[in-house]
Order: sequence, then structure tokens, then C-alpha cells
Amino acid sequence: MQFIPNSSIKQAMLNDLGVASINDLFSDIPPQLRTTALRLPAGMTQQAVEAHLRTLACKNKSFYELPSFLGGGIKPHYLPAAVKAVTGRSEFYTAYTPYQPEASQGFLQAIFEYQSMIAELTGMDIANASLYDGATALGEAALMCSRLTHKKTFLIPENISWEKKSVLKNYTHGAGITIRETSYDPQTGTCNIDALTRLITDQVAGIYVENPNFFGLFEDHVEDIAAAAHAHQTPFVVGVDPLSLGIVRSPGEYGADIVIGEGKALGNPMDFGGSTLGLFACRQEYLRQLPGRIIGMTKDQEGNPAFCMTMQTREQHIRREKATSNICTNEGLCMLAAAVHLAWLGGTGLTELGKQNFDAGHHLLKAITAIPGYTAPFSGTHFNEFVIHHPHASTLHTELLHHGIHGGLLLEPWFPALKDCILFGVTELHTPDQTKKLLTTLKEVD
Amino acid sequence: MYRSARYHEPLLRDLNEGQPPSPMPKIDVPKTLQRTRPVALPVLEELQLMRHFLHLSHMNYGVETGMYPLGSCTMKYNPKLCEAISQWDSFTLTHPNQDPLTMQGTLQLMYELEQMLCEITGMDAISLQPAAGAQGEFSGLLLARAYHEHRNDTARTEVILPNTAHGTNPASASMAGYSVIEIPSTPEGTVDLKALENTVSEHTACFMLTNPNTLGIFESEILEIARIVHAKGALLYYDGANLNAILGKARPGDMGFDIVHINLHKTFSTPHGGGGPGSGPIGVKKHLESFLPVPRITKKKDVFSFAYDYPQSIGKIKAWYGNTSALVKAYTYILLMGGDGLTEAAEVAVLNANYMKQKLVDSGLYDLPYRALRKHEFVLSADRLLNLKGVRALDIAKRLLDFGLHPPTVYFPHIVKEALMIEPTESESKQTLDAYIQALITIAGEDTSLSKAAPHETAVRRIDEVGAVKTPILTWKALETAVATPKKET
Repeated sequence: MQFIPNSSIKQAMLNDLGVASINDLFSDIPPQLRTTALRLPAGMTQQAVEAHLRTLACKNKSFYELPSFLGGGIKPHYLPAAVKAVTGRSEFYTAYTPYQPEASQGFLQAIFEYQSMIAELTGMDIANASLYDGATALGEAALMCSRLTHKKTFLIPENISWEKKSVLKNYTHGAGITIRETSYDPQTGTCNIDALTRLITDQVAGIYVENPNFFGLFEDHVEDIAAAAHAHQTPFVVGVDPLSLGIVRSPGEYGADIVIGEGKALGNPMDFGGSTLGLFACRQEYLRQLPGRIIGMTKDQEGNPAFCMTMQTREQHIRREKATSNICTNEGLCMLAAAVHLAWLGGTGLTELGKQNFDAGHHLLKAITAIPGYTAPFSGTHFNEFVIHHPHASTLHTELLHHGIHGGLLLEPWFPALKDCILFGVTELHTPDQTKKLLTTLKEVD
Repeated sequence: MYRSARYHEPLLRDLNEGQPPSPMPKIDVPKTLQRTRPVALPVLEELQLMRHFLHLSHMNYGVETGMYPLGSCTMKYNPKLCEAISQWDSFTLTHPNQDPLTMQGTLQLMYELEQMLCEITGMDAISLQPAAGAQGEFSGLLLARAYHEHRNDTARTEVILPNTAHGTNPASASMAGYSVIEIPSTPEGTVDLKALENTVSEHTACFMLTNPNTLGIFESEILEIARIVHAKGALLYYDGANLNAILGKARPGDMGFDIVHINLHKTFSTPHGGGGPGSGPIGVKKHLESFLPVPRITKKKDVFSFAYDYPQSIGKIKAWYGNTSALVKAYTYILLMGGDGLTEAAEVAVLNANYMKQKLVDSGLYDLPYRALRKHEFVLSADRLLNLKGVRALDIAKRLLDFGLHPPTVYFPHIVKEALMIEPTESESKQTLDAYIQALITIAGEDTSLSKAAPHETAVRRIDEVGAVKTPILTWKALETAVATPKKET
């Protein structure tokens, strides 16, 4: 057995303990419950397992085999090799949550740096050490707003992903929170500010807006929304794509009280929707209601700077049913990847990356809408995702696949009003050849 | 003797060479959103960056540094092959909304992993979606609620759990909207059947249990527990944190559990990543299957798809399908081990725990409250040392670090005074176990000043955690403006 060293000396160890057989150590399991053998294949050699996994891997089409222009909150981005070099250190990836700070200073300092950079990026005072993903971060934000205000209505835009809505409903149901949706302006594709302000009353626990929103569009009335929220002492929650913050103001500058988002674009691969990173940042005065772990800087007994998990009386392992959240394991390694990527980019690099994404989005929209039959239904300014209308959107998808290209996300199943609308996404990773192939194919199938 | 690297590693922002901030390029975003300067992030060269993070890695302890017997955390070795495969482009450079026909490899892997986990746990159906154990618990409780509501059984507002339960259990129950009732344990360290019988009622949604429990004791009365819970129409929930103890020896599904969660990052060796990403699949019996999160993975004529048409489903618990890379690692691990290998893992994990337990009890320095036979972990009390020498479990933990050994979980479960909760796992050799045992014996006999001032050999000395709470410094920026915590809001 390659991973079980004492396998070969089992009997000797049993003898040492005065136990006759290994089964005696399981004598407390009632006989009728004892399993005879698992119906699983016998163990395989590493070489055989690798060969098997290669046959599976061949049945997937990765980005380089099948260039994809899917939007929907995940897109391919360039991952600097330095990120993997750091997260591949087994001192990091085989460690547990840093319960013993003296033996975990490396990870703890890295988390402190992550928190610092996320706070800077979002314009907030503090950030936690990650949540599972952007969707659960929304759920936790709604719960936190309700704890802060003791109110039970949470406002969200109609145009967020259906997955987020479903997760939000599951997270808030137990707390008795009602979710109300606010409509978008069908011309611009952005928040209908008048409709939203009418819904804000003294009974509202929090207001959520995404910027850029699910259609890829920047919300330009954010200051008005913040003012309307604050007139009712209602926390204003903003969801972000962190890459966009290289080129637009941080939500803290326009009045956000809590900033959340899916952070996987920082340092983590698409991973078929895994390796997610829930960003969560907020104002200092909300600290005691913050969900999840947070790392603080302190001193050791000799006065040296040191780091540790702090404000733990909010957490489940201390507070049990009165904790601010049940989260324990979070997304530690994804957070480390984000910290390395942000430091690798630097402020100027992040701006440059944001600009590349903005430009890629704008060039592609312009080129697609130049082809007869393709129109952009919304007039708002977008980032690196955008909506396109084509009279035969679903057959287009199949045609593109035949040509070795993956088109955008069909919106109609989740937004019936958006019949034949497709959400495209494009980033700095898409090569001119890939884009050209998409455009040529779009022309041909039309 | 062990000695950790000790750098006075500057903060990233202090490594900044102080290049002048570059001006913002002109970008045509809406006026209200125009950024005036780049984000204030440090500007580094790649070598500086690598040195910084390498230094940090040297000041971090992982399973490959040394033995890491954190109780209930199952810190086993993470085979390199699993890591390597999970990073192949074919798995990682894929979009979750890609046409499923272009993702048949991953879908097949997920489908087969579900089947493997069904076989291992004895459940009928699995969802791989939850991101971690606590999220699995939360999902399981949402399933319980959906199940009861579907039967118009709406008076069930309570979740019961033993006082040995993991902290996530009550926290998850509370988040799912249930009130939590804790019941005591017997002098044997197991569920008090009388207390359970008196507490479970038509208001009970669910009884949550870890088996073996957090003391490492198998709940031998599990069939009677299941009978009591089911007789009142409540469900039985299995917290899978301790599943490693019974792989191939017994299955929660056969014990009467209706819902289980499995921690892939414990039992199936996907690493903990310093706190994640984890993976906490949930398994259910037939009567709960229709409530599982969507999408489900289906197979028709050798084609795998995502299916969403489950009207009773609770919907989504996480965006997309779960932490996919952890799924690839767990699948790879199960193939490497095979059914026999998994059973062998459980046997040796239990043997290692009982070996350490016996040697340490025989030393006469530590006590073992509750029943003697343990499974994969055991909880010693260091109370005798506290009374004799004033040495606390915390001091022992810190002193172990000087031996290059990671301490056990301490002060949990709460029913053991000065608790040391030790889970060696099957990965450690007898030599390592003996060294760990010897370290605990040595510490008990040493001059107390050594343990009370420990650790001595780590990157920093004992940390002022109280100070960290009094004056929270949570970001670079706060370093300049650190003030004492505001009073707790009312």
C-alpha cells in the first residue's frame, strides 16, 4: 500500500496492544451493520490511474481546443505562472485553517495582505478571509444586513443570475427575509432608478446592485442609489467583478457599505465553475456582524509583529448557534492565488488588465453588430460581457459548435423577455485569431 | 530539534520600490464611475514577489512538514498525482456553461464519483454541489425542511444535537432557521438515549450526529437512535467529518441515516488548502432524492447531461456545480485506493489512533475519559497536568510545535477538560507515532517554564491574541490608524 505505511506491520502493532485481530477494534459496530466489502474496483497503480484520467480528459474541450465566448460571470483569464508556483507550495496547500498561528505565520500574513488589497480595491475598511463564492457572498450579505437593521426585506435587481437568486433564497429563507426584485430599464439594460427608489422604505434591510451587472453593463446611477438607501439608513451592497475595479471607481467611493463579488478572475482558473472565491468587504463598524474568518496583526511575546485569526467570537467554533455564519472551511488557496495575482499585477497592471478587457468587449461588440442581423438591445456602457440579439440565437449556438467555436450564453431560459438574446464574454485571453474565427462564422451562418 | 524559518518578512506594500503612480489611461466608462488613479497596490518585480511568498511558505506548517493530527480534520497525505491531474487544462480551462457535450469527461467523472460515494455511504443519491462540510450540513437541513414541508408537516422547528457536536452543526441549523436543542452525553461518552427520547417530538425536524462521534467513540446504539428519531417523524443527519474511521467497515445508510454529508477534503484526501477550497457532497435516501440541489447529472445512452427538471428541488446552494478540482482529486484518490485500499485506510487509521491512545494512557500522564475503545481519533484530558504542574492543554500544544509536530485540536469537545483531540490518520508511520507519543511524554515531564513560554522554535513566539481583538488591525491601512475596538453595538 503506497500511502499507508503501517499496513505491513498491522499485526505486530495489534500484538503490541494485546489485540488479536483488527476486527476487534471494530467490535463496537453492531454485527448487522458491518459491511463485508465495498463494491468498488480494486486499487490501481498511479500509472494506470493517470492513463484512465487521460481518457476522461480527452472527452473535455478546453478553451484552447474550443475557444469560448461565454459570459455569465466566469471567463478565461491569463494566469501568471508565478501564481501556481506559490499555491503549489505544499506548506500552503496541505495546511489546515491556521488555528495554531505560531506555525502558520506564512499563510496568516498572506491572508492579511489579501484582506488589505481587497479593502483597497473595493474602497472598504475591512475584508474577510473569503467566502465560498460570489453567490453565497450575496446570501451572507443579505443576512448581515438583516442582523444590522433588524429588518426583513432585501432588494435585488431582476437581472442577476438565476443561480444567485436561488442561492440567495436558500440562504435567507431561514431568517424569514423576503426578497424583492427591482426591474431594469429595457432601453439601457441598467437599473431602473425610479422604480428602485420607490421600493426603498424604512422596512428594507439592504439593497443590492451589481456593477457591472449581469448583462455586462456599468450602473452609472450608483450615487443616487446610495443616497436613496442611506436616506433610510439602509446598507447599500454592491457586487463587483474585481478586474473592472482597475478602471472604475471603487464602490466605497460612491457610497457602498458592503462590497461582494466572485473573485475567481483573480488568480484562479475557470475550473468548470469550481475554485470560486467569495469576496466580502465592508465598513469597519460592521466588524462584529461580519461572516467568516478574519486575520489581525498583533505581536508575539517578544514584541515582534505577528498575525492570528481574530474576532473569533463571531464564529461557529466558539459561538455555535449564535455565530454570524456557519462557514468554517472557506476558499483559502483560491484567496492565496488572488493575493499573489494582485501583487503580481500591481495597481498599474490591474488598470492595464481592466482596460484590455474593456477594449476587448467594445471591439467585439462593434464588430458583431456590424454584421447584418446582429443587434445590441441595450444602450448602456459595458465591460467585457454584452448582450446581442440574433433572430435565430439557438441554432446559431449549434452552428458555432460545428465550426469549433463556443458562442455566448442564451438568456431566454432565465429572462423570457430576452428571446433570442445571447450574453457574450471576451477577455484579454482571446487571441485575434479566435475573435476573427468567431466573426467569420457569425457572418457565414447568417 | 526542529526550528522553523524565521524571517522578518516585510509586508508586500513595504516591498514596493516606490515607483511613481502611473496616470490613468483614458477609458470611456460612464462619468460617474471614472477612476482617478490606479488602485494603490504594491508594484513588484516577479523575483521580489516570489521571494516574499517563498519566505512566507517557509513559515507555514503543512502535512508534508510533519505530523498534523488535528482531531476531526483528517489531515492525511494528499497524493501528488491527485494534485497534478486536477490541474490539467482539460479540467481547469473549461467554462461551467459550456455545452455538456463538450464536457463529457468531467461529467462522467462526477457521475461516477456520485456512484462511488453512494456505495461508500450506503445512500441512494448524491449531490456534489456544496463547497465544504458546513455547507453540506446547511444543504442537508434545507432538504429536511423541504421534505417536512412537502408532507405539510410544518410544526417542525427544532434540530437536536448531542453536546459533542461540531460547532458547525448548531450554526448550520440556526442558519436554516431552526432552534437548536443540545442533549447531554452518557458517562460512556455516547448519545443519552433517555434524553433523546424525552427531547425528540413532533417539533423535531432532524437529529444531527457524527458517528464515530467527536470523542472517537462509535455510537453502538445507532439503530435504537434511528428508531427513536424516526418514530417521531424526524430525520437523522450524518455529519461525515469522521467517515474515515468506518470506510468499508460500516455505512451511514445502513445505520438509518436519511441525509449525510461527506468532507472530500478530509476522508478523500483533497487537501485543506490552508482553509479551502473544500468539498462537502450530500447524500440522501430515496425519500429525499427529489429535493436535492439542481442540476443533477444524468446518463442516457452513454451521454452525460445536467438535468434541471426537478420541481421539488431546493434549487442551488452554490453557483455552478461544486469545487470541481476537489472532485477530480477525490475521484483520483478513490481509484488509487480501490475498495480494499479504503478499508485498509480505515483499519490503519483506527489502529494508529488506538496505538497512540494506549501508549499515552499507559504513560500515566494523560487521562482518557469515557469508553476506552476508539475509532480514528481519541480525546485525552490534560487536566491532571494542570492540577499537578499548572500546565494547560494550550501550553502542551504550543510546546509540541518546538518538536516540529503540529498540535492536536485542543479544548474540543467541550465535555472533556483540557482536551487534546488526536487523529493520527493512516498516513503516519509507527516511527512518527512513537516520536509524537514521546514528545507528549517529554513535555509532561519537563520543567514547566519550557511549555509555558512555548513555542520557542517557531517563526514567532506565543502570540497575543487578546491584543488582536482589543485593537483590530485588519489591513495595511489600519496599521496607521489602529484604534481600540468600538463597543459592541446594541
